[in-house]
Amino acid sequence: MRVRAQIGMVLNLDKCIGCHTCSVTCKNVWTSRDGVEYAWFNNVETKPGTGYPTDWENQNRWNGGWERTKSGKLQPKQGSKWRILANIFANPDLPEIDDYYEPFDFDYDHLKSAPEVKAFPTARPRSRISGERMEKIEKGPNWEEILGGEFSKRSEDYNFEGIQKDIYGEYENTFMMYLPRLCEHCLNPACAASCPSGAIYKREEDGIVLIDQEKCRGWRMCVSGCPYKKVYYNWSTGKSEKCTLCYPRIESGNPTVCSETCVGRIRYIGVMLYDADKIEAAANAEETTDLYDAQLGVFLDPKDPEVIAAARADGIPEDWIKAAQDSPIWKMAMEWKVAFPLHPEYRTLPMVWYIPPLSPIQNAAEAGAIGMDGAMPDVRNLRIPLKYLANMLTAGDEEPVAHALERMLAMRAYMRSKTVDGVIDESVAKRVGLDGATIEDMYKIMALADYEDRFVIPTTHREQVEEAYDLRGGEGFTNCNGCSSGISQGSLFGGSKKPLKMPEEVR
Amino acid sequence: MHNFLFGIYPYIALSVLIIGSIARYERDPFTWKTSSSQLLRRRQLMLGSVLFHVGVLVIFFGHLVGLLTPIWIFDALGITHGAKQTLAVVAGGIAGVMALIGGLMLFHRRITDPRIRKTSSFADIGILALLLAQLVLGIGTIFVSLEHLDGYEMTKFMAWAQGIFTFQSDAASHITNVAWIFKLHLVLGLTIFLVFPFTRLVHMLSVPVRYFLRPGYQIVRSRRTRPLSHR
Repeated sequence: MRVRAQIGMVLNLDKCIGCHTCSVTCKNVWTSRDGVEYAWFNNVETKPGTGYPTDWENQNRWNGGWERTKSGKLQPKQGSKWRILANIFANPDLPEIDDYYEPFDFDYDHLKSAPEVKAFPTARPRSRISGERMEKIEKGPNWEEILGGEFSKRSEDYNFEGIQKDIYGEYENTFMMYLPRLCEHCLNPACAASCPSGAIYKREEDGIVLIDQEKCRGWRMCVSGCPYKKVYYNWSTGKSEKCTLCYPRIESGNPTVCSETCVGRIRYIGVMLYDADKIEAAANAEETTDLYDAQLGVFLDPKDPEVIAAARADGIPEDWIKAAQDSPIWKMAMEWKVAFPLHPEYRTLPMVWYIPPLSPIQNAAEAGAIGMDGAMPDVRNLRIPLKYLANMLTAGDEEPVAHALERMLAMRAYMRSKTVDGVIDESVAKRVGLDGATIEDMYKIMALADYEDRFVIPTTHREQVEEAYDLRGGEGFTNCNGCSSGISQGSLFGGSKKPLKMPEEVR
Repeated sequence: MHNFLFGIYPYIALSVLIIGSIARYERDPFTWKTSSSQLLRRRQLMLGSVLFHVGVLVIFFGHLVGLLTPIWIFDALGITHGAKQTLAVVAGGIAGVMALIGGLMLFHRRITDPRIRKTSSFADIGILALLLAQLVLGIGTIFVSLEHLDGYEMTKFMAWAQGIFTFQSDAASHITNVAWIFKLHLVLGLTIFLVFPFTRLVHMLSVPVRYFLRPGYQIVRSRRTRPLSHR
């Protein structure tokens, strides 16, 4: 057993209102620069839809993630190492910027500088790349907002696999949900595996996946390697960039910008302990439907004395063990089993998990007549097809998702009868395998979602590895667009060594 | 002038190449990159880039082996100068044409595509133009070589190149009487060496061989000062 800690996130889709505050605050902080105008480290998609970049979930087209070969070996879906290098001159799996959208701005100046004319002056779009006039905007960020566009196009959504989808194009049967997406900070990142220069790495202390900007050479294999298409090539700097899980904030115990600003309070951040030795076997589970369970098997119970002893031996700080015990992620993913990984079939063991959304009863006219299972409606009658959610969250296995939705409905029924009728109905809790106390805890964390319950983030112990005295007056960051520290570790031309202790590769 | 161009200029160019590359890698590793523009426009790059790179690689290693392998090795292996010359003309010719076609596609794309044109630096366009000119000159020398397939002319260049690398002060004298197109090809080649560290060409030095040597696929980095004990 090799215990490592990972900062994980859960998004409660049942509460997402699709306001895009997460995307906008993230953009303002991280990607309002040349070369990454088109990049959204966090974006919110309306589902069903083809998403951003278009059709990203279709790995038959993009070859992202991992695959289990016929001989049972685990390798990137774009190919083994030599295959990846053979494509280095031209990567056939790389999306073009039009698959995201061509970034544009408007000629706002024309509104005030136009000469006097009969027609009202307009601000017409202009490409942010070439500066040329764009006659028609074909695509933009969040192009399918609230089911925008025709159903025939949106229904190419990969999650419709195995579903008679035509009826969902009818007005009476239509459904929608929001899906906020960011880097999954996978336990088995396919981007890192595809990087020829070895610039992408996972941090040992918190599991955040980062790209070393000084080591990235722009071979762009990570962009196609990531099945979630959450690594972006900065066409201005020629380097790849991705969500950093706001590591400077996480290190100081603060939630990421997207989580902090989430008005729906749907985001949770906490520590998960996992066994690094089990990763490969878990990612290589034979059936894709086994992957969800396999990933659950990788996590370690932070209250188990054996795990605690092993964690201490592996240098996990005390407050991190404590945080893992209080982790809202552990509760939702492991205890209540209401949160699921996004597309486990990509075999990356993602660490941003989702609570599936409840939806109205399918046929309101018949709501009284059908599917009431005691005090609760039958989850199979919910408007969002169970199979659709299962395709997204459990590689098509409906049982775990149904179970989670039932528990969420039970939570509502239990709390309604408690607060409205003043009756504590343990039988509702029992029917979904819980007890009243657990349901009240679920209610506290999932429904009330106080700040302290949502974010249990221990600070990073940099003081144990660095001489803080040398760090004073330093800027902390070394690189950004247009500025380079000019000092690398070797320091060939004199100058003091970097006081900042940069993480080094471990075997 | 002849002595400067072929006796001294090579040392200037090589020094700038070596010191410049080290300095850039050391001082500004953030700028060390391929500058791929595939994201902005896929068209023409898929074919053009592969043709260009494969062609240029064959030519590069052909020149390296052809010029710097001591003549006695060819003699010992029983390869006549004529045979070597023929091989160089055929292999170099095919690779040269490949690289030229690919390069022209890339150049056309770079100049005419508004996205690529707008995001290209002077160095990006300049180095591609230089390489294309060098390819045209190189293919041009084939027609001169075809007139003397005995390979004697070629041994002059081998003597010159090896003379430069073994610090012989009279290296330039070996190629006093060669055709002007060869001389132009050499000067332009040295100039490409000279500008190498200031262009995107530096990505050549980052061929990711280590990718094969890396055990497994994943990379974990730690700030730990002492590694964990094995269990």
